[in-house]
Amino acid sequence: MMETYGLTKHFKDVRAVDGIDLNVAPGELVALLGPNGAGKSTTLRMLTTLIPPTSGTARVAGFDVVRQQREVRMRIGYIGQGNGAGHSQRGRDELISQGRAYGLGVRSARARAATLIESLGLGEVADRRVSSLSGGQRRRLDIAMGLIHEPGLLFLDEPSTGLDPQNRANLQEHILDLRARHETTIVLTTHYLDEADSMAERVIVIDHGRIIADDTPAQLKAEHVGDRIILGFDHETDAASAAAAVARFDPERQDTRLTIRTQGAPRRVPEILDDLRTLGNPATEVEVVRPTLDDVFLKLTGRSLREGGTADSRELVEV
Amino acid sequence: MTTLVADTRTVFSRELRPVLRDPFTIIFSMVQPLVFLALFTPLLPDDSLQWFVPGIIVMSCLFASSMTGSNLLFEIQTGSHERMLVTPLRRPALLIGRALKEIVPMFAQAALIVAVCAPFGFRFNLVGALLGLVILAAFCIGLGALSYTLALASKNQEWLFWTVQQTLIFPLLLLAGVLLPIDNGPGWLQALARGNPLSYVVDAERALFAGDILSSATFGGLVAGAATAAVELWAGVRAMRNSD
Repeated sequence: MMETYGLTKHFKDVRAVDGIDLNVAPGELVALLGPNGAGKSTTLRMLTTLIPPTSGTARVAGFDVVRQQREVRMRIGYIGQGNGAGHSQRGRDELISQGRAYGLGVRSARARAATLIESLGLGEVADRRVSSLSGGQRRRLDIAMGLIHEPGLLFLDEPSTGLDPQNRANLQEHILDLRARHETTIVLTTHYLDEADSMAERVIVIDHGRIIADDTPAQLKAEHVGDRIILGFDHETDAASAAAAVARFDPERQDTRLTIRTQGAPRRVPEILDDLRTLGNPATEVEVVRPTLDDVFLKLTGRSLREGGTADSRELVEV
Repeated sequence: MTTLVADTRTVFSRELRPVLRDPFTIIFSMVQPLVFLALFTPLLPDDSLQWFVPGIIVMSCLFASSMTGSNLLFEIQTGSHERMLVTPLRRPALLIGRALKEIVPMFAQAALIVAVCAPFGFRFNLVGALLGLVILAAFCIGLGALSYTLALASKNQEWLFWTVQQTLIFPLLLLAGVLLPIDNGPGWLQALARGNPLSYVVDAERALFAGDILSSATFGGLVAGAATAAVELWAGVRAMRNSD
């Protein structure tokens, strides 16, 4: 559906995007994850023909983003960070003129607008001025606009930024629903870890304009961080003898606590607890810590993705 | 597949739609030149309505068309311009459709001013007036295109748009002899006025409303209007092609 080779964008002396090779197969749902300024949006803007690459090439929906812009534009949908609908317009009018822009006749543009208004729950607000809609309503209208021509490939740039949790969940549902029904290929950028984690089958971690990891969320976490089992004991001596009992897991002891790093921790816990009880040294507390994508990012870059995250937050996360 | 004409029509009707939906927004701005007429004409000699009204029609178009880029600037800031850039709409259509829209409020404005002034003794030649509106339409398209070009150039600095617009509009207006005749001014002022395309448009409107159709003023106005439209559309389309 899309492939790029050495895609690069320089702004004066800043390498916003620095040689991205990316292949997206039809039907995939891919999240580009990275901190603000990582180059996610710039990548998306090149893929959607908004800005030309400094070097490298990209074929999107089968066409070159520089030499065949119109062909690309006909086949993709794009939902940018801003509001696609003009503030002085009515939602329905914007949907119809969007349909006309893609070459739909007046009648089919109208029918398509009505269908989208219905399926995105915009019936009550579609004939009001866009400026009077709430943030969540505007975002749903933007999604409707991006879908007017039923594109096979949809780009969303930070779709849920600025929405409250309820609207965010609602939006994610719409996107997943769209995919389930039309097998649309979806490429979205986000800096919300949970969003990438819960929605995408494939997460591409971008930092300083480069791809630093590309896999399923589960695989990224397993490969780069892994699960941890934290066992608590009443006394240091108990912890020390327990460490010897589970030596095959290579535990780390810190005072009265043992940390075991292993894959598939939830399945290991009963076995470990049984062993300890049999040896007469049962754990008094147990906690399974599953890694987040933030842990992955931290592992890969030494920085946290969370707001204001720096190398200092490492200790907090690595407890 | 669409054509350039169809794309232009899409952009044109999109621009016009909010005006048709909420006509009051434009009616309010159309009252402005009437206030101007009401407060300024009493200061003029008795028989100057014939001379003054065509100039005021041009002035109101100058104000409206030169400000129209601010709508685009706003849409650049909110994101709807970007959304349109990703559609297959041809870049020239994005500019031409917007610029053509200027004709509609221009016609409405001219009709309103003429209708209000007629009871006070303003007389005009219908054929001449219609030809005058054609010239004015060309000029408004050009000025609108210039305003959009300015908006595209100011996309990261809104102040630039308003500074340039405000700086240009009054010299253009005063040097076109809209409020007072240029003929009695010093030579340098007259020379500057001759370089102002708006002067030719104003002269043509006065001649045409008075029924002096086959005059050199008409010819000058036609050339000035057409040249303004051609040059500014060309510049605007170029700016739109390079915008992101």
